[in-house]
Amino acid sequence: MLKTFNLGGVHPPENKLSADKKIENLPLPKTVFIPVAQHIGAPASPVVKRGDEVKVGQVIAQSSGFVSTNIHSSVSGKVKKVDVSADSSGYSKQGIFIDVAGDEWLEEIDRTEELVKEFNLDGSEIVKKIQEAGIVGLGGATFPTHVKLVPPKGMKAEVLLLNGVECEPYLTSDHRLMLEKADEIMVGIQLLMKSLQVNKAVIGIENNKPDAIQLLTEKAKNYQGVSVVALKVQYPQGGEKQLINAVTGKEVPSGALPIAVGAVVSNVGTAFAVYEAVQKNKPLFERVVTVTGKGVSKPSNFRVRVGTATSELVEAAGGLPENTGKVISGGPMMGRAIPSLDVPVTKGTSGILLMQEEESKRGEVLNCIRCARCVSVCPMGLEPYLLMTLGEKNIFDRAEDERVMDCIECGSCSFTCPSHRPLLDYIRYGKGKVGQIIRSRK
Amino acid sequence: MSIILYTVATLAIIGATAAIILYFVAQKFKVFEDPRIDEVEESLPSANCGGCGFAGCRAFAEACVKATDLGELNCPVGGAETMESVASILGLEAVKKAPRVAFIRCNGTCDHRPKTNAFDGASTCAISAASYGGETGCEYGCLGYGDCVAACEFDAIDLRAGMGVPLILDDKCVACGACVEACPKNLIELRKMYPKGRKVVVACRNEAKGGVARKSCEVACIGCGKCEKVCNFDAITIENNLAFIDSDKCKLCRKCVSVCPTHAIIEVGFPPRKIKEEEKESSTAK
Repeated sequence: MLKTFNLGGVHPPENKLSADKKIENLPLPKTVFIPVAQHIGAPASPVVKRGDEVKVGQVIAQSSGFVSTNIHSSVSGKVKKVDVSADSSGYSKQGIFIDVAGDEWLEEIDRTEELVKEFNLDGSEIVKKIQEAGIVGLGGATFPTHVKLVPPKGMKAEVLLLNGVECEPYLTSDHRLMLEKADEIMVGIQLLMKSLQVNKAVIGIENNKPDAIQLLTEKAKNYQGVSVVALKVQYPQGGEKQLINAVTGKEVPSGALPIAVGAVVSNVGTAFAVYEAVQKNKPLFERVVTVTGKGVSKPSNFRVRVGTATSELVEAAGGLPENTGKVISGGPMMGRAIPSLDVPVTKGTSGILLMQEEESKRGEVLNCIRCARCVSVCPMGLEPYLLMTLGEKNIFDRAEDERVMDCIECGSCSFTCPSHRPLLDYIRYGKGKVGQIIRSRK
Repeated sequence: MSIILYTVATLAIIGATAAIILYFVAQKFKVFEDPRIDEVEESLPSANCGGCGFAGCRAFAEACVKATDLGELNCPVGGAETMESVASILGLEAVKKAPRVAFIRCNGTCDHRPKTNAFDGASTCAISAASYGGETGCEYGCLGYGDCVAACEFDAIDLRAGMGVPLILDDKCVACGACVEACPKNLIELRKMYPKGRKVVVACRNEAKGGVARKSCEVACIGCGKCEKVCNFDAITIENNLAFIDSDKCKLCRKCVSVCPTHAIIEVGFPPRKIKEEEKESSTAK
């Protein structure tokens, strides 16, 4: 029996259309818009101004606190302006516009493909390099990685878990990365293990990627302490708490961080970015993005510079299919529909999904029939129907008692509801309000 | 027969004892309540809307009785009349407050502000606003799902389904402020009420730069500042590319309405304007 997490979960159609498409470099865009808030935490503060010449990899916005990261230029050229523009949320956010000229990288960046295995840095030096390179969790949550690597006082990490699950349907960027950059990921894992002072790392991969499991198991033999575990395909296994439960059997208590059970979870994409940052001096300014969808003529995996407009990716994948109903940044379960194709790719963009009209539409909202399917699929053991009602009626104190803050917003409840009720919409709303109340108490 | 007598006697004794105990308990634990609270409460409209800032009419009545002057207290539903009767009960002086009325500061109806996308989530303003910028290019404007309509206890807001922006019915609005709280975009303002429902308002909350604002909505305020210059009463201020008319200072001269290049400033309740002299002349000359 393959391992998986013990509570709830769903299995949506996988639709991994681009699984066998090699990662290609997307041609350089003409202009980029690089938002200064691409991570959880305080937005970075711009350090360039209009007319400045920048090179690839140069810091253009400085981290403004511990839970914040640097933002680097993804292109070389001239800063057009520092201004606001709509990001994927449709709200105006500050960012830096750069007109691209040539492709001139900072000299210290090693652009060769050569694998650099050796390192003789100690833990804190690695963390410092990661922090400077602006690395965030590339699974989608974009939590600054250096914060994770410094456990709170009195807590000690015992095991590093690598998330190669990619449980979101359609997305294949992590899968491709594991196949094409296995050694680099392994070195990245070694670096993360060193910085956390742990001697055990486990890579969790879902069973629908047998080639990646086989390859990484093979490679892991050459690296001490690293092992690979195959997991049953079940959404949302890529959730931090679900992955910990699936791999170690431990349960993270309500409201606690994974470090409470001695685990630190990182995405395989993050491990690759760590390798590049530490061994190649390359800050995080590009990432792999899957562009896919049933109507897309060339589903692809692109290596994209941060700040590139979504429209360029869509164009490179064969253009916008005629019956596109929604364009989603991320996967179909947790991604968000974007209101315009001008929205830039950021550090957290794992995929661009062009959904066809018929599959994108939500069904007609009917009454709750008390079937409790939402309860049985909730991976956090919550009662989504109840949380929705509490959100609807603005009863936030009760919602807090019902652990609304534990919701990981995976959307399994909305996915499974036979009455198409907008469960997650209301839960997320309630969560926002309860979060405000909790913050105001402090 | 004797059974009946015993029963009656026993019950009478128990009754008398209980009465004596209750009498002393009532004396000992007597809570004095100012009878004026009931009187004041009776004179209030009993809408329990919370527009006064208290949890219902009773709480407001208690606050009035405790207060030494009524300057800070006002029942927006009852208005000056109610406050006067409250004042006469309490022997205080009524402080006259200008009546207020709610106004939605967005004129981005569908013909002014085209939709750029469609939202198919739960149709409430709160959820739409928490999810993303909205169905039009303007992230500041009205979402039109009617959270304010649902919040209004007085049926004073007409959703105008399909128009994109609800309408506040001045004659029903009591300025309780429930809609102000309900609007996630902060569009609704309680403004001073002028006779005949007249008002001159910047019906826009768009803080984007002029070009961006105009692109998303043809009646957006672009923050050009013409109105600020033309106003003789210092009623207009411009902040974050957005003009604001202070209704307490505005004298309804309507100069700003004619200079506004995007018609973001609107006048309500005025008779149709007379055609200007020179235009008249030219039209008669033809």
